[in-house]
Amino acid sequence: MINITMNNMKIESEEGTTILDAAKKARIKIPTLCYLKNVQEPGSCRMCVVEIEGVRTLQPSCITHVSEGMKIYTNTKEVRDARKIILELLLSDHPWECNTCDRNQDCELQKLAEEYGIKEVRFKSINEELPLDESTPGIVRDPSKCILCRRCVTVCQEIQEVGTLSPRARGFDTIIAPGQADLLSEAVCVQCGQCAAVCPVGAIIEKDDIDKVWEAIDNPDKFVIVQTAPAIRAALGECFDLEPGTLVKGRMTTALRMLGFDGVFDTNFAADLTILEEGTELLTRLKKAIVDEDKSVALPMFTSCSPGWINYMEHFYPELIPNVSTCKSPQQMFGAVAKTYFAEKVGKKKEDIVVVSIMPCTAKKFECNREEMTDSGVKDVDYVLTTRELGKFIKQAGIDFVNIPDEEMDAPLGISTGAADIFANTGGVMEAALRTAYEIVTGRELPFDKLHVVPIQGLDGVKEASLKIEGTKEEWEFLEGVTVNVAVAHGLGNAKKIIEEIKFGKKHYHFIEIMTCPGGCIGGGGQPRMTTDEIRKARIQAIYKEDEGREYRKSHDNPALKVLYEEFLGKPLGERSHHLLHTKYFNKKDENV
Amino acid sequence: MTIKEIVDKYGSKRENLLQILHGIQNQNPRNYINKESISALSKEMNIPVSQIKGTASFYSMFSFIPRGKYVIRVCESPPCHLLGAESIFKAIEYKLGIMIGETTKDGLFTLEGTSCLGICGVAPAMMINEDVHGNLNEEKIFQILDQIQEQEKERIQLCREEALTRF
Ligand code: SF4
Ligand code: SF4
Ligand code: SF4
Ligand code: FES
Repeated sequence: MINITMNNMKIESEEGTTILDAAKKARIKIPTLCYLKNVQEPGSCRMCVVEIEGVRTLQPSCITHVSEGMKIYTNTKEVRDARKIILELLLSDHPWECNTCDRNQDCELQKLAEEYGIKEVRFKSINEELPLDESTPGIVRDPSKCILCRRCVTVCQEIQEVGTLSPRARGFDTIIAPGQADLLSEAVCVQCGQCAAVCPVGAIIEKDDIDKVWEAIDNPDKFVIVQTAPAIRAALGECFDLEPGTLVKGRMTTALRMLGFDGVFDTNFAADLTILEEGTELLTRLKKAIVDEDKSVALPMFTSCSPGWINYMEHFYPELIPNVSTCKSPQQMFGAVAKTYFAEKVGKKKEDIVVVSIMPCTAKKFECNREEMTDSGVKDVDYVLTTRELGKFIKQAGIDFVNIPDEEMDAPLGISTGAADIFANTGGVMEAALRTAYEIVTGRELPFDKLHVVPIQGLDGVKEASLKIEGTKEEWEFLEGVTVNVAVAHGLGNAKKIIEEIKFGKKHYHFIEIMTCPGGCIGGGGQPRMTTDEIRKARIQAIYKEDEGREYRKSHDNPALKVLYEEFLGKPLGERSHHLLHTKYFNKKDENV
Repeated sequence: MTIKEIVDKYGSKRENLLQILHGIQNQNPRNYINKESISALSKEMNIPVSQIKGTASFYSMFSFIPRGKYVIRVCESPPCHLLGAESIFKAIEYKLGIMIGETTKDGLFTLEGTSCLGICGVAPAMMINEDVHGNLNEEKIFQILDQIQEQEKERIQLCREEALTRF
């Protein structure tokens, strides 16, 4: 511990901490722009400068470490003037469109301008209007608003390792551009939205589909139903200033009814369905490999619920296509079931049903527009709104979200289990699959405390677990004594690591879960900003709490699912399932230009 | 040379990227780096295309649109400016009928500006491809350009004749 003073206050601080972190601990706010903890610390924007006694120039607090006896001032006139100038310079090269901007009231630049009392900009404005890039289904780029902080570049290049975004040209001409093209659609972008999740301003956002949903709801001929992904209930509250990790499933349900949806359902229902299909697929693959010694069976099997990962795989590792589960993602399974089974049940034509998804994800917007996703005969999922968009939607309708009562979701597509809840977390799909697969094979519950597979939980980038199977049921005897090795990766950079290790024969697994975004869906590109590791942890905790409080915690116990198989699907991997719930992938390597 | 051969020549480490880019541009008859070579280079060096384009676009020596066989770079820094770089541009514009950034219809010349060439002692100055020319005035410029045009005419003539002999 070392002693410093900050604004004449004595503080103890650990050695090696930055002034910024020390200030945060002492509840002194220092503004930042380029800095993003655990992502990038380039020390380039200089918004965070402070005065240090005995040091001639102002120092950036985000990269300057504390030392014994340091006297720091965070708010002197010199500091404030420097920050003001930085802000004025940024604003002189910025369109003043706050009222019509996606980030209005949720913009770091706007907020700083307010906090620093910027009333006029002394520099002549030279902002050049650059064309809006709306070329992809998920992401919109508005380079005129970019302040060149490069957070998106670091996330895209170093965390996701997709490498789409990079600074181009120099000086005033610098822009953050995709691939070697001008439009995102002409570059390889997996649509994960992690860039949009970290952008401090309105320069990268999701495509806004709220008006289309309003229109559908206002159309009396349409039966508009909504599904909500597992990760929404642990994050939506943040749009209304509730603590990160507040569970708002009940209030969300009420709000969706108030918005006028004709049915409020749960993607969780389809997550349970995914587990039955995917678990059966895995066991079938293992059986073929072990009993029939069929060499053509591709193992390890990879999960397929994360559409950003699917895009990544198709572009960079198409040789893995046979290894990826053929299961559609829960969102798409829901759409296909809603427009067939459910449509029949409520006596509606599938053409008259509109399926809206609330997703933590921008890649879901891309996924629902894939040509293959029309197995019901029409587009299976019509519109996708991100968590952030739902927050705006609710505000537009004047709903007092924080104070409305809880309600229950509708049957049957709103019924689900705890195994579906944890789809939101990294490691969750794997845990849910093991809960079911183990029980199918042994007839017993997964032998872990509270059914949790602890080694694959948490925020480590790559996690693994081994499970020895003993006491199998007769038909699964071939698995007796087999140790099943599983792995989990989140963030595409980590996915790449695992794939390379497998390719070089360093690792051998049976089943691998990949989620595109750091932390899993709870850290999705469409979640409320800013998702830090602390916030990830809070959301993850909330999701496990939700799971543990459930009556049913294993997908195969979902009573509504049992009825679905009895009345409609037959059995997992059956003919109807095969047609409606499974899909195929395409080699897109040639498009990498 | 193929992209692979150029990469092998300089070494596939990242720090050799600029030299490799020069190699690629120099061997292109139109003096630029095209999309296809960036894609090929990306695969060869395992660097995303965005980073290659980003790096190359930082430097004014690289072009992403076809240029003339001869790239004329007139120095725009203060010493040359004071000694009449402006009139040098005018003379070239007049002689070749192109403005700064443009290429002649016959694909022979591209006119560009450049920052200091480091030969202020002989200002105003320019470079044509790798050759440096100083103490410029209108007359000298016409001479230099005439000479190149003459050479090229002969070359074209020779090529034609050679082609004819093949029939
Ligand atoms: S990005 Fe921020 S400051 Fe710029 S127009 Fe939008 S809200 Fe205003
Ligand atoms: S959506 Fe993902 S892949 Fe596309 S530019 Fe953004 S971070 Fe990169
Ligand atoms: S697009 Fe956003 S995150 Fe990327 S550099 Fe510009 S302001 Fe920063
Ligand atoms: S936040 Fe410290 S320099 Fe940008």
